[in-house]
Order: sequence, then structure tokens, then C-alpha cells
Amino acid sequence: MSGLNKNPDREWIKQRIMLASICIVMVFALLLLRLVYLQLIKGEEYRRLSETNCVRLKSIKSSRGVIYDRNHALLVDNRPAFDLNIVLEDAHPVEETVERLAALIDVSKQELMESIKKEGDAAFYKPVTLKRDISRDQLAVVEAHKFDLPGIHIDIEPTRHYIHEKTAAHLLGYLGQINRNELESDRYPNVRSGDSIGRYGIEKSFEPFLQGKRGGRQVEVDVNGRVIKVLKTVEPLSGNDLHLALDLELQKAAEQLLIGNDGAVVAIDPSNGDVLVMASTPSFDQNDFIGGISNKKWKALMADPGNPMTNKAIQAEYPPASTYKILTALAALEEKTIDRFTTSFCPGYYTFGKRRYQCWNKHGHGEINVVDAIAQSCDVFFYQAGEKTGVDALAQYAMGSGFGRSTQIKLDHEKRGLIPTSSWKKKRYKEAWQAGETLSISIGQGFNLVTPLQMAVFIAAVGNGGTLYRPRIVTSIAESNGNVVKSIEPEITGGLPASKETLELLQKGLLKVVHGERGTARRIQVKGVNIAGKTGTAQVFSRKAGEKFDNEKLIRTLRDHAWFVCYAPAEAPTIAISVIIEHGEHGSSTAAPIASALIQKYLKLDPPMEPALGTSIETQ
Amino acid sequence: MFDRRLIENFDWGFLIVILLICSAGLVILYSAVSAGYDGQGLHYLFKKQGMWMGAGFIIMMSALVIDFRELDKLNLLIYAICVGFLVAIYLFGQVGGGARRWLVIGFVRIQPSELMKIALVISLASVYSTSACQEGLGFRNLIKPAILCLIPFGLIVNQPDLGTGLLLLLIAGSITVFVKVEKKVFFTLTALGLSIVPLVWFVGLKAYQKDRILTFLDPDRDPLGAGYHIIQSKIAIGSGMLTGKGFLKGTQNALSFLPEQHTDFILSVLAEEWGLVGCSLLLILYFILLLWGLNIAYSCRNMFGSILAFGITAMIFWQIFINIGMVMGLMPVVGVPLPLVSYGGSSVVTNMVGFGILLNISMRKFTTN
Repeated sequence: MSGLNKNPDREWIKQRIMLASICIVMVFALLLLRLVYLQLIKGEEYRRLSETNCVRLKSIKSSRGVIYDRNHALLVDNRPAFDLNIVLEDAHPVEETVERLAALIDVSKQELMESIKKEGDAAFYKPVTLKRDISRDQLAVVEAHKFDLPGIHIDIEPTRHYIHEKTAAHLLGYLGQINRNELESDRYPNVRSGDSIGRYGIEKSFEPFLQGKRGGRQVEVDVNGRVIKVLKTVEPLSGNDLHLALDLELQKAAEQLLIGNDGAVVAIDPSNGDVLVMASTPSFDQNDFIGGISNKKWKALMADPGNPMTNKAIQAEYPPASTYKILTALAALEEKTIDRFTTSFCPGYYTFGKRRYQCWNKHGHGEINVVDAIAQSCDVFFYQAGEKTGVDALAQYAMGSGFGRSTQIKLDHEKRGLIPTSSWKKKRYKEAWQAGETLSISIGQGFNLVTPLQMAVFIAAVGNGGTLYRPRIVTSIAESNGNVVKSIEPEITGGLPASKETLELLQKGLLKVVHGERGTARRIQVKGVNIAGKTGTAQVFSRKAGEKFDNEKLIRTLRDHAWFVCYAPAEAPTIAISVIIEHGEHGSSTAAPIASALIQKYLKLDPPMEPALGTSIETQ
Repeated sequence: MFDRRLIENFDWGFLIVILLICSAGLVILYSAVSAGYDGQGLHYLFKKQGMWMGAGFIIMMSALVIDFRELDKLNLLIYAICVGFLVAIYLFGQVGGGARRWLVIGFVRIQPSELMKIALVISLASVYSTSACQEGLGFRNLIKPAILCLIPFGLIVNQPDLGTGLLLLLIAGSITVFVKVEKKVFFTLTALGLSIVPLVWFVGLKAYQKDRILTFLDPDRDPLGAGYHIIQSKIAIGSGMLTGKGFLKGTQNALSFLPEQHTDFILSVLAEEWGLVGCSLLLILYFILLLWGLNIAYSCRNMFGSILAFGITAMIFWQIFINIGMVMGLMPVVGVPLPLVSYGGSSVVTNMVGFGILLNISMRKFTTN
């Protein structure tokens, strides 16, 4: 047919169409035969299967991995909860059955019907949950009347249980029901509608490990929907267990000590970055979130001025105040703008330009060197050291020391803090950097913001000889039989930009803060251990030079924040702590005693001293 | 503007067959979506499907206005637009069921892989209408068709939508065999295809796709997923027996045992409620539809028209065969809808466009060139 391109050759097309027709006839014959086989030959059998034996699927929830502390104490596990389910197809007449049930368990019929309505288009044979986690009494009544309640089932579902109420709530986190968008994304292949996933804290960060995999059963049910026979079972896979670096007893002690205050305590092991304590107050009860938190409770949490839903250890940024002097000293020593012999004369103030910058001690510290300036927290010394070093050099050392960036802890919502530079200010405020602002940041009082965790990582590094560790919250992930799936090794994220000599000077100064004759925290001395630390008092609003305030009369929210950072034993630290008490006024009187009590507990020093709160001595 | 002769030649019979299948489809869909539905009035899926059919009918009728030979000239443009849509999916596509298949234009969600089927048929018809010869096509003649075929295939398989991708290959393969290839080409291609199978198995298939095939061979492998669907589907079909349980009386259907009862598994609803009688009637309607399509290809005096008519018929054929085979447990579970019966706008519209082109060719069969 060449040459006849546009008009098909009749013979050719006839042959091709015949071929195609034969194919179609054969395929349709095959389909018809298959239909005859299924519907006529096997028809009786399938008809019986469809009428008498109802084969259904029942899902088996996997149990979520449990969480242990560093000493293998259980923090989070699962308890059996009894859920009341209904299969509409079996519950005829639905209204009457639900009414009877409502009367038995003393719940309003509307509430139960509401749950059915919510499922909307849900298939008839699928169980709809009427009420989660019914009480033992309700369970007993339903069981006793089960023959009057067709289509009603009680299913035992593993449910999350936080053993120590409110303890480490921010670190452990909580669960929440998966929403439609998440279900439609590919991130949660094993999760069904109605299931919960980690929403916050470790529960969220380690969701893929904790989750496990659903199983299910093919079952045969009778006309009332009761299981006659289990046909096939696919066992669920439990989630993996987590072993935390957390020390439960120490955590509880820290929370106990924080009672009545808003604030945070972080304790880490300076030798590997293990997070021993991460406490934030006020706290919340994670058990409230199981099966959805009630609107009322959620509103109350949101309205609380203490921000209970914020993990202040990583999500709150504070001015570092005098604790930042460690960094200023480090930068100045490394930049060689001061050395161990440099002294400043402190008359109680420092005149810069037209302004007088106060030292907290209005009587002045006299002639003072870097070690004593740290010990006594002399502002004037650090005004001068910072001024000579300059804002951008200070910022460089601060960033090298882990400030202004994430500590890389495996928790969401971590704040990075703020380390100001001259270019930052230009960009942010379209204004040039003022030399006076350098003085403020030198004593941690300007634009700088840090999180308690950053402070803990920093002070730990000062104590351990300069190594910055990534805070480690989970040390290993294991199957429920104990097989370790993944062990998480300590991870070094950098080193302090400081020489050995510089660190030794800093350590000396920090030791004198507690053990020096005029140290700002000398009243927290403990027998049997040397503590090296630094107090801080962060101004919440600035007071004009020379202006006097009666702190007792200041309204609480305008009072200063109290800081204390430390490590112990000073010679070979095993614990580093950072404490912030919002509006706690003085680091030495409110924050430091908490740290000292925790050190005693952790090092098992007898007898543990009660923290002496109240009477304040020196400030800053 | 319409030639009188065109109206005289209009293929009323074919239109009636299409409308009969559409009506049957709506009746079955009504039953499928009514299970467990106690809302007011008609179910929204039913209304939507009705609207899609209406829209499809309008598109089908408007496809009659332009002479089908225009498609020959425009084939590359149509092809390029459809490939463009497929590429656009990667950039703005909507994810559904783990794959990127949908493109949202205004308020319409379209599935470009569906439209691609028609575009590919048109392009291949255009290429083959000039290269076909008595001895059959040689390797050199197949280079261009292979490229035309593999570009959309790659894009669709990557979505991932292996089912539609393979459907594309089957349609292209049918057209190629239809225009006739040299014997050695035929055997080489067959051998090549067979040798690729293990390669595809180990490299190309995702774990879930392998699972589906293994589950087809042994339904007990996945008693909670596809295995369960196959078993339930067979129970539904078989329990229909000779005359079925009656309209809206299907128990398997009412209990929603089947996961996709209004889309891919809709045949089981028909089989359960109308029995062998109902199924045979639908099969006969499809059978008539396909033979009618072949007849249009046969009687067309234009090479392009013949191949185009065959290609569209092949497209319908493979959908019917794969879907029914799957529902009856003859084939692994792949997501291919049953033409004009399964719920789904893109599928309805694509098939209607196809029928429009067939009617168009049929109307103008006496115009040679």
C-alpha cells in the first residue's frame, strides 16, 4: 500500500481488524467464563460466605515505646484503657441500643450519638468509638449487660501513661490526635485516623521510633457482630523504647526547688553533654492531653501568665546579665586587651562620654584584676574590658562559645538567642552601633539574649576544659526485649575559642565566686565539694543611673531575673547547672541555692542542706 | 456550517450504546454510594458523577465540530501540552494517596495522565499513518514512536502511577502491532519485553508494588490489605449468582467491605446486585462498543482516521480488560477505572473525548483526503 499512504488498503485493513476482533472475542469469552465460574459454579459457596459468615477486619493498635531515665526508672509507659465501640450494622436498632447503653453508664445519649455523627460517612461495619477510656465501674456494667447491647464492643487499647505527673513534662512532651492533613501526607504510614502522635518534646522528636506498627485480625463474626473465629492475625509491632540521659530523682528535686517560681533549671554532664535535668515551671499534666485535652483545660493553660506550655530551658530567651562576664573575660583575654595582671580601678561607677555607668556596688571595688572581678562581679572592670575588645570581637567569641545558635538538642522550638553585632544593628534598626551599648553587652545587659540551655552548655565547657557538647537527651533506643537498635554517642559541636591559660583564669575566678572571701555566692558553700559558678541579675526594665528603687515595693513582673550557672566539683566537674528564676531578683539568693542543693543531691553529699532562700547579700 | 451529509452519516447506534453504558454506570454508582448513606437527597458523589457525564457529553459533542483530520496537523501541539501538564505536576501537583497525580486549574482538578492517553494515540496515529507499509514497520520506523511513548511513560511512572504507565505502553504496543511490524521486529520486541521483566522487578518496582503482585499470587500474604480486598471482591461477585440479590440489596456492598466500591471495584457491586445476568449485559454492551469502534476503524477511508479509531478502541479495551480482570481476581490490583462506570471525572471526560473522536471519524468516513 505504499503510495496509498493516506487511504488504507482494503485487504490490509480487513486483515488487521479481523485480528483485533478475534482478540476481543477471546478476552470477552475469558471474562465471561470467569464470571460463570465465580457466580454459578462457586456461587452457592460465596453466597453463603456473604450471608452467614461475616469476615471483618479488626485493627490491633501497636503499643508505643516506653521511656526510661538514666537509671532505668520508668518515666512513661502504656496502660490498658477500655474503649466503648459500636458497630452500627450489628446494633439495630441503633437509637434504642445507644439509649440503653447511655442509661447504664450514666452518660448523656446525645454525647454518644454525637460520636456516631462525627464519623459521618464511616462504613457500617467499622467500629465507631463511642467513649474512650471508660472507668472500671462502667466496664463492669456493660459487661454484665452485654447481651442486651448488640453491636457494642469493649476494646482494650494501650494508652499512654505518664507515671510522674508534671515531671519533666516539657522534655517528654505529649501526644495529640493526628489530623487530616497529616494523615494525607506520607509521613505517618502506620497511623490511622483517631490515633495519636507525638506533638511536643521527645514524644514528637522521636515519633518514628516510638510509634510501632499496627497489626490486625481477619475475624468471622456472628449476626450480633460477636467474634466467632479469628481467621488470620498480623501481630502489631511495638515501638522502640527510649533510654534518656535524664536523672529522674534529680529532675524531681529540681522541680521541687522551683515550686512557687517561674523559671528553668538545666543540668548537664560536662563530660558528654548528657541532659541530667531539664525543668521548667510552671508545668502541665501530660495525661490531660491523652484522647484530646478539654477546651477548658487548654484555655486555662494558655491564659496562665507563667506560660506553662513553654519549655523555658530552650524556648525562653533572657538577658544573660552578669553570667555573661565569663564570656567578656574570655574574649578580652584571648584578644589580649587584658591579661591576668591588668587591673581597673572601680570607684563604684565608670564615666563614659557624658554618661555615668554604675557598678552594682556603689562603694566601688577599688583596684581589681580579672579573677577578682569575676568573683565580685565588678561591672566597672568589664565595662573597660568590653570597651577595649569591641562589640564585634565579643560577638565572634560568643558565637564560637555556642551563643546565638542552636545547641542542636533534638527538640523542636529551640530558640537561638541573640548576639548583637554592629552590622546586625544597622540591618535591624538602621542605626550605627553606639559605643555605650558595648558597655551594656559586656555585662550581659544589652541586646544579648541566651537560653538557659545555651548557658548550661557554655558553663560545662568552661569546666571541662573547653569542649562544647551537643546536649544529649536520649542515650539509646532499644526494642522492647532490650536489643539496642541505635545508641546515640556523645557529640562534640565545637570548642571554646580559648587557650588553656585563659580557661584556668576563668575557672579560678568562678571558684572564687563561691569560695572566695568576697565572692558573690559564697553563702552556698557546701562541705566536701568545690563549686565554681557565676551569679547574675538580669534587669527586666532599666533603672536610671543613681535612681533608687525599693525592690520590695516593685510589682513582681518588673523585678529582675535571677541567674546562676555553675559546675562541680570544680577540679573535675561531673555536673554543670544553669538556673534562671524569673523575677527572682538576685542570683545569689534565689538561683544559686537551688544549684547548690542539686549538686549535693547529685554528688550524694550528706547531709543535704536545705536551700537557704530569702535573705539577700550582695547583688549581681 | 455543518454539511448535511455529516448529519445524515451521524452514527446514532454508537451514541446509543454509549448512553446505555452511561446509564448503567449511574445506576450502579447510585447503589455503590448509597450504602450506609442516610443524608438528604442524592449522594454528592452521584451528583458529581452526573455532572461529569453531562460535561463529558458536551465535550464529546463539541469534538464533532472540527474535522478529525485537524488532529493530524495539531498532533505535536496536543502532545506537547499534555507532556507540559505532566511536567507541571512535578512543580505544582497535588499529592493524593502517596502520588502526585493531580493538577489544579482554577476549580477543576485534572489528572493529566488520563489526557495523555488520548494525546499519545493521536501522535502515534499521525506518525504511523505516513510510515505504515505492507511489509510492516522496521526498527527505524519505531524510533520516533518509541520516544513519543517513553517520555510520558517515564513521567507517569515517576508520579508514581505504574498502572497508568503500563496502560500507556499497552495502548502504544497495540497500535504498533495493529499497523503491523516486521516479524523480526515483533520477536525482538517481545524478547526484549520479557527480559526487562526481571530488571523491572528488582530495580523498577517499589516495595508496595511488589507486594501487590505477590499478594495477587498468594492473597494470604496480606490478609489485612490487598489480599482482603481480592477475597471480599470475589465473595461479592460470586454471591450475586445468576440473577443477583436485587438493586440496593447487596450485603457486601452495604457493609462497605470493599475499599474502592465506587471507583475501581464498582463491578463487584453490579455483580452482587444483578448477578450473572447483569454482568453479562454490561459485558455485551462493552463488546458491542469495542466492535463498533473497530468497525469505524475499518470503514474509515483515511489512514490516520483508521489508526486513530483503532487506538481509541484499544484504550477502552485495555481499561475494561484490566479492571474486570482485577476485580475478578485474574490480575493484580492496579488502579484502572472501569470506563463510564467507575466514579471519577478525569476518566469520564477522557473516555468521552475518545468517543467524540470516534463519532467524528465515523461521521466523516467517506471523506478520503
